[in-house]
Amino acid sequence: MATATMTAKKEKSVLWDWLTTVDHKKLAILYLVAGTLFFVKAGVMALFIRIQLMIPENDFMTGQVFNELITMHGTIMLFLAVTPLIFGFMNFAIPLQIGARDVAFPFINALGFWIFFFGGLLLSVSWFFGGAPDAGWTAYVPLSTREFAGSGMDFYALGLQVSGFGTLISAINFIVTIINMRAPGMTMMRMPLFCWTGLVTSILIVFAFTPLAAGLALLMLDRIFSGQFFLPDMGGNAILWAHIFWIFGHPEVYILVLPAFGIISEVVPAFSHKRLFGYTAMVFATIVIAFLSFMVWVHHMFTIGIGPITNSVFALATMTIAVPTGIKIFNWLFTMWGGKLVFNTAMLCAASFVPTFVLGGITGVMLSMAPVDYLYHDTYFVVAHFHYIIVGGIVFGLLAGLYYWYPKMFGHKLNETLGKIMFWSLYIGFHLTFFIQHILGLIGMQRRVYTYLGGQGFDMMNLVSSIGSFVMGAAIVVLVINIVYSAYTSERITVRDPWDARTLEWSTPTPIPEYNFAQTPQVRSLDPWFYEKVHGDGTMKPAEPMGDIHMPNGSILPFMIGLGLFIWGFGMIMLNMDNPIIPPAIVIGVGFVITFGMMVLHSKEDHGYHIPVDEVKKIEKGVG
Amino acid sequence: MSDEMSKPFPKSAMTEDERYELKRETRIQVISFAFMIGLTIMSFLSVSTETIVTGFAIPFILLLGAVQFFLQLFYFMHLKDKDHGWPNTFFTTGLVLMTPMLIALILLLGVTKW
Ligand code: HEM
Ligand SMILES: [Cu+2]
Repeated sequence: MATATMTAKKEKSVLWDWLTTVDHKKLAILYLVAGTLFFVKAGVMALFIRIQLMIPENDFMTGQVFNELITMHGTIMLFLAVTPLIFGFMNFAIPLQIGARDVAFPFINALGFWIFFFGGLLLSVSWFFGGAPDAGWTAYVPLSTREFAGSGMDFYALGLQVSGFGTLISAINFIVTIINMRAPGMTMMRMPLFCWTGLVTSILIVFAFTPLAAGLALLMLDRIFSGQFFLPDMGGNAILWAHIFWIFGHPEVYILVLPAFGIISEVVPAFSHKRLFGYTAMVFATIVIAFLSFMVWVHHMFTIGIGPITNSVFALATMTIAVPTGIKIFNWLFTMWGGKLVFNTAMLCAASFVPTFVLGGITGVMLSMAPVDYLYHDTYFVVAHFHYIIVGGIVFGLLAGLYYWYPKMFGHKLNETLGKIMFWSLYIGFHLTFFIQHILGLIGMQRRVYTYLGGQGFDMMNLVSSIGSFVMGAAIVVLVINIVYSAYTSERITVRDPWDARTLEWSTPTPIPEYNFAQTPQVRSLDPWFYEKVHGDGTMKPAEPMGDIHMPNGSILPFMIGLGLFIWGFGMIMLNMDNPIIPPAIVIGVGFVITFGMMVLHSKEDHGYHIPVDEVKKIEKGVG
Repeated sequence: MSDEMSKPFPKSAMTEDERYELKRETRIQVISFAFMIGLTIMSFLSVSTETIVTGFAIPFILLLGAVQFFLQLFYFMHLKDKDHGWPNTFFTTGLVLMTPMLIALILLLGVTKW
């Protein structure tokens, strides 16, 4: 048994390799590619929305299409674009930063990706089967019940259920990895901040995606199996959905922003050439934010009529989040203070994140004052608030991470000139689009309306906002050009550490061998790589002798399980289609059999394979 | 790779002491499981028979529930074991987060119904 598995890996075709990979570095790239595709898709939708709103009484699209576009834009951006992009960076950086050879469960890692991917696909095919979901990304009942919403909402409930499941198991995997796989000497309080925010985000996912899954299950029961959880006429409770959704929803916004915080906390010290100011305070601020994010959900429901006492309690709770957030802001500023600053594209994105995020935080605190929120609620002011956080904060954070880790991932840097053009056009376009939406909201323009009458003072500002969005679109095009252009023209990176950075991932050779570390490194301080460069001889001390390296085998089963869930979910949706070509029960059955059949196949023993020590030595010499 | 990998863990890697410990653990699990089934049956009986008055049945069931809860956590979910710091942290976090949430929901939804 064991001897059979010891033969070296056979050569695989490129496609098969990517479909079966369980290597965290390759899955990271899959996440990035999938996330980018969804990002571009939702971005194009946003441009359509802005075209429709560019002039008053526009008839570029109908109200129905508009509703479908805003719903899909929000849902895709949050669940299928930003989440996988974050997971891409977490997958790539976390095992390297803690000195591990892979995540704790490589198979589960691949499974998480493919389930997420097929869930996203399930949501996306709704366009071809009677229209996309149209009740907003919040899917408030009764708007999202069968009475008012078409089959699109079925795709929403099932698609998010499936992709959320993938997200959940990936998060559990990250928790186990960070707790168990740290290299010797890498104590919790020596972990890079990106690992900390990755850990806390994963914990938030475990605690927040479970209520979402429950809520979606109830919605599915209501819609597909004639349940009555949310139907007031039948004794159900419509407010319950709003509660469940926001118990998930507010932590979700921090799930998205905390990894961005982490990236900023890596990039800012690296290009200030200083250690992160107030590391301990940063860690505790992260934990406090995570805790508080569960205690504030009612601030999304101030105007629902819960009453003044509840509103006050939750208003106060919401305001307290500003305290740990403020701690973080000041720590980034103090990190830059007096440092040897290098303003390349990564640093520009990271540094501009700070003031933009502060603006989003300030409007957040304004929104948290319950009485005034009656004025702001459901206007463009809220839209401006969360886009300052999400675009100005998260997207810039992700871009900083992209430019920072790109050389490690792909072996060459991105072009700086194009990078700066991208940064400035995106920055200007972003403020053009969204700053003016604050004012639009304050003078009374409601969100989620597909058109408006002229002559109310909205016309000019909407035009400006739309122009800004085109500038942003152009900036993303520049980014894509940059990726292609750099692939052909940038010089290959052969050094380990092109940025003169501080954390462990920069101690690995470029390109990274599949086992990451030939010998597990011994960590002697916070910022271990920097420590060895200054106090040691510039190489990591090994914590173990050179030996055979045990690696997991690739597997197609994760892909197949994802496919099975896709078919299964689609069959459930077919239950309510008017004239399905195939009986839904058969489709459900096929999906069920594939899903569980693959699980049965997986229970066969598979101990992976070994890379013999001679081979390791050869690879290590080759990459210098 | 050793040939031991295909063997179950107790055969390949555990010492005599550890195996003894495992046996004891299994016994405790079975006993506590049977005890909890007993508790559940008792609570069912207390509502299904006419002889027990409601005024007694409700607090009684709540009490049984509380006992059950702790047994589950400490025995089934291994909260009592040492070196379980991380799982315990997660359990506690879950409790700390969910308790105020549930109370809030009961208070908020219980009063007004739409
Ligand atoms: C100091 C921190 C923050 C405070 C005090 C705050 C406060 C608020 C409040 C009170 C609302 C409700 C507004 C309304 O509907 O009337 C809101 C909405 C929103 N916030 Fe924040 N927020 C903060 C940070 C964030 C962060 C970090 C994110 C995202 C990563 C975020 C994303 C959102 C989103 C997406 C909505 C709108 C949800 C919707 O109705 O569709 N917020 N915020
Ligand atoms: Cu919120």
